[in-house]
Amino acid sequence: MSVEHELTVGMVTGEGSMTITAGASGAPEDVRPQEDPGPRSAVGFQTHPSRYRHWHLSVEGPIATLTMDVDEQGGLVPGYELKLNSYDLGVDIELYDAVQRLRFEHPEVRTVVVTGGKEKVFCAGANIRMLAASTHAWKVNFCKFTNETRNAMEDASAHSGQTYLAALNGTASGGGYELALACEHIMLVDDRSSAVSLPELPLLGVLPGTGGLTRVVDKRHVRRDLADYFSTRSEGVGGRKAVQWRLVDEVVPRPRWEETVAERAAEFARTSPRPQDATGVALTPLDRTRTADRVSYRHVTAVLDRDRGCAEITVTGPDAEPPRTVAGVHEQGARFWTLAVTRELDDLILDLRTNETELGTWVLRTKGDPALVLAYDALLLDHAGDWLVNEIVLYLKRTLKRLDVTSRSIIALIEPGSCFAGSLLEPALAADRSYQLSGVFEEGDPAAEPATVTVGPMNLGPLPMGNGLTRLGTRFWGDADALAAATANAGEALEAEDAERLGLVTFAPDDIDWADEVRMAIEERASFSPDALTGLEANYRFAGPETVETKIFGRLAAWQNWIFYRPNASGPDGALRKFGTGQRADFDKKRV
Amino acid sequence: MTPLPAPADYSEKIPNNVDLHEDRRLQRALESWQPNFLTWWESMGPTLPTEDVYLRTAVNVGREGWAHFGHVAMRDYRWGIFLAERDRDRRIAFGQHRGEPVWQKVPGEYRADLRRLIVIQGDTEPASVEQQRNLGATAPSLYDMRNLFQVNVEEGRHLWAMVYLLHAYFGREGREEAEELLHRNSGSEESPRILGAFNEETPDWLSFFMFTYFTDRDGKYQLGTLKESAFDPLSRTCEFMLKEESHHMFVGTTGVDRVVERTAQLMLEHDTDDVGGLGGIPLNVIQKYLNFHYSVSLDLFGSETSTNVANYFTAGLKGRWSEERRRDDHRLTDDSIMVDAVVDGRIGQTEVSALVGLNSDLRREYIRDCQNGVNRWNRILEEAGLPQRLRLPHTAFNRRVGAFSGIEVTPEGEVLPAEEWERRKGAWLPTDVDKTHVRSLMRPVHERGKIAAWIAPPRQGINGKPFDYDYVHLA
Repeated sequence: MSVEHELTVGMVTGEGSMTITAGASGAPEDVRPQEDPGPRSAVGFQTHPSRYRHWHLSVEGPIATLTMDVDEQGGLVPGYELKLNSYDLGVDIELYDAVQRLRFEHPEVRTVVVTGGKEKVFCAGANIRMLAASTHAWKVNFCKFTNETRNAMEDASAHSGQTYLAALNGTASGGGYELALACEHIMLVDDRSSAVSLPELPLLGVLPGTGGLTRVVDKRHVRRDLADYFSTRSEGVGGRKAVQWRLVDEVVPRPRWEETVAERAAEFARTSPRPQDATGVALTPLDRTRTADRVSYRHVTAVLDRDRGCAEITVTGPDAEPPRTVAGVHEQGARFWTLAVTRELDDLILDLRTNETELGTWVLRTKGDPALVLAYDALLLDHAGDWLVNEIVLYLKRTLKRLDVTSRSIIALIEPGSCFAGSLLEPALAADRSYQLSGVFEEGDPAAEPATVTVGPMNLGPLPMGNGLTRLGTRFWGDADALAAATANAGEALEAEDAERLGLVTFAPDDIDWADEVRMAIEERASFSPDALTGLEANYRFAGPETVETKIFGRLAAWQNWIFYRPNASGPDGALRKFGTGQRADFDKKRV
Repeated sequence: MTPLPAPADYSEKIPNNVDLHEDRRLQRALESWQPNFLTWWESMGPTLPTEDVYLRTAVNVGREGWAHFGHVAMRDYRWGIFLAERDRDRRIAFGQHRGEPVWQKVPGEYRADLRRLIVIQGDTEPASVEQQRNLGATAPSLYDMRNLFQVNVEEGRHLWAMVYLLHAYFGREGREEAEELLHRNSGSEESPRILGAFNEETPDWLSFFMFTYFTDRDGKYQLGTLKESAFDPLSRTCEFMLKEESHHMFVGTTGVDRVVERTAQLMLEHDTDDVGGLGGIPLNVIQKYLNFHYSVSLDLFGSETSTNVANYFTAGLKGRWSEERRRDDHRLTDDSIMVDAVVDGRIGQTEVSALVGLNSDLRREYIRDCQNGVNRWNRILEEAGLPQRLRLPHTAFNRRVGAFSGIEVTPEGEVLPAEEWERRKGAWLPTDVDKTHVRSLMRPVHERGKIAAWIAPPRQGINGKPFDYDYVHLA
């Protein structure tokens, strides 16, 4: 044990840096003035395997291999080196891109092997220098994104027939082990030194925050007392004990490593329902323009109103009938409305979350024909067995979940000419509040049809939240009658009074009150503490049962952020500050 | 095809200077509220049936317009909506927004606080009408009866003024609050008025005069702080209301004048202090009524320290009395103030930051003002050659709110044990015997030019009319 200890810590300090692992979240909060709030120009989330600096994606038949080989000099911002396969947001943006492309561009891939491209180390987790130099907001957003990508990997294993297999060719510590935990099967090389570990608590005085604690017990069913022991032991656990404790699924001697990984990958591939001879759909570059006060795509625009601290987002519905057959969906590929609008919304959410932290309120509108939205929904639901259709619906589900965990106040404005129906009703249901205009705007087009909302089949199951319930089910948690009433009105275009009565919208002001009510709601929101709002919204958005996802985004993230701010982590004598200095942290021993 | 209904003539029905005819939201809101207001007036307003009353109606805010006299049936009184003229260059005079232009719309950030302030102010207006509803039946003269009704319709108009703000600037929630103002009722078990002092019935005319002197004066000071508000429509509304409020205080001041004058006459004529048996109100009973109304009015200013009021000041919602005439930085972030406190069981003072002590600042302005009335009444006694004097009791006397709520104190400021207070308080506050006596004097005098024996007639009538003018036609 002492030998292992020496090895692990030696590895860390031997590199002459603090590059050891912390979970994405295991972020040391540096109490010195933080000068670099992150990149000055907007971070983009669009990339392509041909431009990856940190990953190799290779595909051989049904097996894809994602090799993490982080370019030490390739950090997103200057000021740190990504040693020991540690990662920053730039590394994770590539991972996210790969996960997405595997699903859409590679229907033939049934197993994704995640492995490392370095000797002796698989991945050391999030880069501590990077975290130390980042603002709190940057770190929290970074963790959120990495969490979402790991959830997306699990979603692929569970629902796409694309199983993720972690092939840990060296030590996986902190965020590195957490990445493995997001895979369905964990293989660890047995070289008598490689281990898996969550050293955040003993070494840094914080928690692993990319789902590690949750997945160890909730997903892998490691017994809680063993998990406790494991998480206090900085050198981690390797070899047979790691298997016995269920921390990994198998350990493989080095000589048989590649062969065994290939075997295992092939086994998983055999059980997949993915099609045999399907052609993938290329995720072509998004048609996106960004100026200081506007982000626009083909179907989505956001006006950035810095004075009022809000982004006014408009999502446009389809402008034509959906293709008549599922073949038409394949033919349209990335142009198919649902896929296109989802990609754009996804990119916008990531952009605004990362680059526009002071736009604290998102005002959501839709524009278009609700009947067309429902027609696209119907096409998708009629062909749920088709692999591409399945991927599109799953992607929409994941994107809406992003909205759920977004730390912005979301207000949906349902006005004449909008198309809050079915899949596009979901953003309104994800909102913290919604306003539906009763009647029409008399000074606009008095002959316009009043705004409506329509519950459709997409609202009744295919797009669950992280808590496993539909947004309607969450909205009406504990009120079966209200849920039944809303469900019974599915298909009806509901005007404001009906929608308000059924509890589908918050308020239904008329023309006379509209402007003032909306103005005051937005202004008032902007005046509250952003932190308290984030907490309030996160609590109210997730009524109902806990799941691994809700625990990660709620419980784990909240504890982690609390610990960061405590002097025992970030104070002058805190563990984060003392780490790497050769001195011990001096803890305030009082329990809180 | 049905003909379109003719647009209602709003300026005729509801005199206003807020362009009501152009404001659809306001029209709709008022159209649904007005019938409810009339129902409230019928059921909670003055109980004495009258044909008409010689009333002043404001038809505009100009010199001539604000005091338009004539006999009107109270139900048809034209409750108007008037704001003082807008000063287009007006800037915020205090708080963190000092120097910025005043707001013509409610900033979302302060919506809840502003709404609360307006609702609390608005709630007192109809409350006093309810408290005074039975007084008409015992009026000492038609002149006094007319003054009572004038005060009542103007309190009603002040309710309109607050409702206007709620309707015009606070959307749906504002309309709901406006409705609630009619559903809370003074003294009601289920839904009483918000402030305690407005849930006591005004049982007799001495109480009415004291109320209009002391409690309406609290209203004056509250309106004075709201007149400073950065929310310009509130400021302008309160500025105009203050004009009418001063008339209410005139009713109180001269009312007490005339009671004192009559008492002094009886004392001289009969060479006795005990004028009770002579149909007058003894001076010591007047003092007890004064003690009571003054002390409960002091309570209306709230605790000595208040973080709410500090926040209102900093936000620019509610200023100080004569804010712009004060010579300081109008932000008060570094200033302090001494406020009343109980220190080691004794009456003392403690230093707090000026912002949290704003209630004390306002109460002091009020106390100074109250002293003027007392001086005036004492002049009457002096001119009559009487040695007795009225006085304001100590600030700590009979307090139920604030630092002194936990101690019992004589009018001179001596702290007493609770039992002793119980035993002696009848010497300082109206006893049942006093109240019964005062009530026994409340015989109506409804004959032109006549007046009850416990009060002297006024020196002048209303609007140049003589005292024996037919101010009220009873039904």
